[in-house]
Amino acid sequence: MNLDIGSGLTIALILGVVIMVSALLITVERRLLGFWQERLGPNRVGWGGSLQVVADMIKIFTKEDWVPPFADRFSFVMAPAIIMTVILLSFAVVPFAPNIGVIDSNIGILFILAMASLGAYSVMLGGLSSDNKYALLGSLRAAAQMVSYEVFMGISLLGVVALSGSFNLRDIVAAQEGLWFVIPQFIGFVIFLIAGVAESHRLPFDIPEAEQEICAGYHTEYSGMKFGMFFVGEYLGLVLVSSLITVLFFGGWHGPDFLPPVLCFALKSIVFIAFFILLRAAIPRPRYDQLMTYGWLFLLPLSLINLLVTGAIILL
Amino acid sequence: MTVLFYLAGSIAVIATLAVIVQTNIVHALLYLILSLLSVAVVFYVLGAPFAAVLEAIVYAGAIMVLFLFVIMMLNLGQHTREQERGWLLPREFAMPALLAAILLGQLLTVISGTDHVIHYQRVGVLEVSALLFGPYVLAVELASILLLAGLVSAYHLAKKQ
Repeated sequence: MNLDIGSGLTIALILGVVIMVSALLITVERRLLGFWQERLGPNRVGWGGSLQVVADMIKIFTKEDWVPPFADRFSFVMAPAIIMTVILLSFAVVPFAPNIGVIDSNIGILFILAMASLGAYSVMLGGLSSDNKYALLGSLRAAAQMVSYEVFMGISLLGVVALSGSFNLRDIVAAQEGLWFVIPQFIGFVIFLIAGVAESHRLPFDIPEAEQEICAGYHTEYSGMKFGMFFVGEYLGLVLVSSLITVLFFGGWHGPDFLPPVLCFALKSIVFIAFFILLRAAIPRPRYDQLMTYGWLFLLPLSLINLLVTGAIILL
Repeated sequence: MTVLFYLAGSIAVIATLAVIVQTNIVHALLYLILSLLSVAVVFYVLGAPFAAVLEAIVYAGAIMVLFLFVIMMLNLGQHTREQERGWLLPREFAMPALLAAILLGQLLTVISGTDHVIHYQRVGVLEVSALLFGPYVLAVELASILLLAGLVSAYHLAKKQ
């Protein structure tokens, strides 16, 4: 068995590492939040709190897995499975290193956008099938937010596609050999970052699950491992957005020669994961209408102008 | 590839049938999404990856989300299921089934006249875009004007008087 694109060992390794990293983030995020908010965070279980994730997993697996009698059972069970499936499928087109990846697809970016738009069903069905007013409010917010921010996410990527001339993520990484796309496409990068936070509905854009206003939003009725899947799905989304930023704007596996490509990729992604956690610690949540106005009246024109200017520069 | 084509095609047919006979509106919508996704797989197998992924993004990912959004707003409960069940009587199916059977018969005669080899020809994103902004540019512009008209009228309807 050797490491190659699409070999069984590679696929198993990617799946294992991605899920492990997402589970570990549960602890890492709490420790980092503690650090940035000048408190300790969970530090009791294991050395410095390192086994907290094991304790959390044992707790979540042994809790009662309850389906409310008033819920629509079919959709209720489907919802957490959808988010895990679509995000894990998105990782199939991410190029981790020249020889590590699941498929080499010519429609890589479009595939990720398709999976992101299917991810909206998870939160919508979760809220709708729960038959609970807080859950319904949460999923209404989630649906509007995700559909809106998908638009800018797609448009912000078109500048990168125009510069590299391909939808294939491997070609995009190869085109950044000399200059990372973050420099010519800085506005595109900022819009993608904001849209990425909104798509994975993390703080400051976690309005669908804002606990002070609407309980826990769309997963109010979920418990046990079904809640765990929503929870890990959110961290999977965070890892996905971070690795996409690395691939699209920060040169993917390119880096200094003494580092192996996959390590370069991992280090860059870790920086962005830490940045997203810092965002959560630093910025308060906007109001719902502020979020929508900001998106449609500011981000949409900005991303269109960015695309227009990029196209003009390429043609000149 | 041929196996995949027939598999995805039959899933599309069965899922669409389930959309019609399903009484729970949310489940019917889920079947419709499944049907659209299997049509996307059919496109992909036939060598049109761009059409496949657009089918998934636009139809399954955007339009169906809006359908679900409207259903959530309407908050239809148990009574609509009973209403649906009252409408889905076997005798209501007689006439549509007869008409559909005639169409199916026509379709089978047409298909049986041709050879059954699937012509696999890969059409990439570049080829589709070159066609859209080359010979079909007028159609693209007309479609965008139609969308603009829809946007303006939606704005007008939603505006506070």
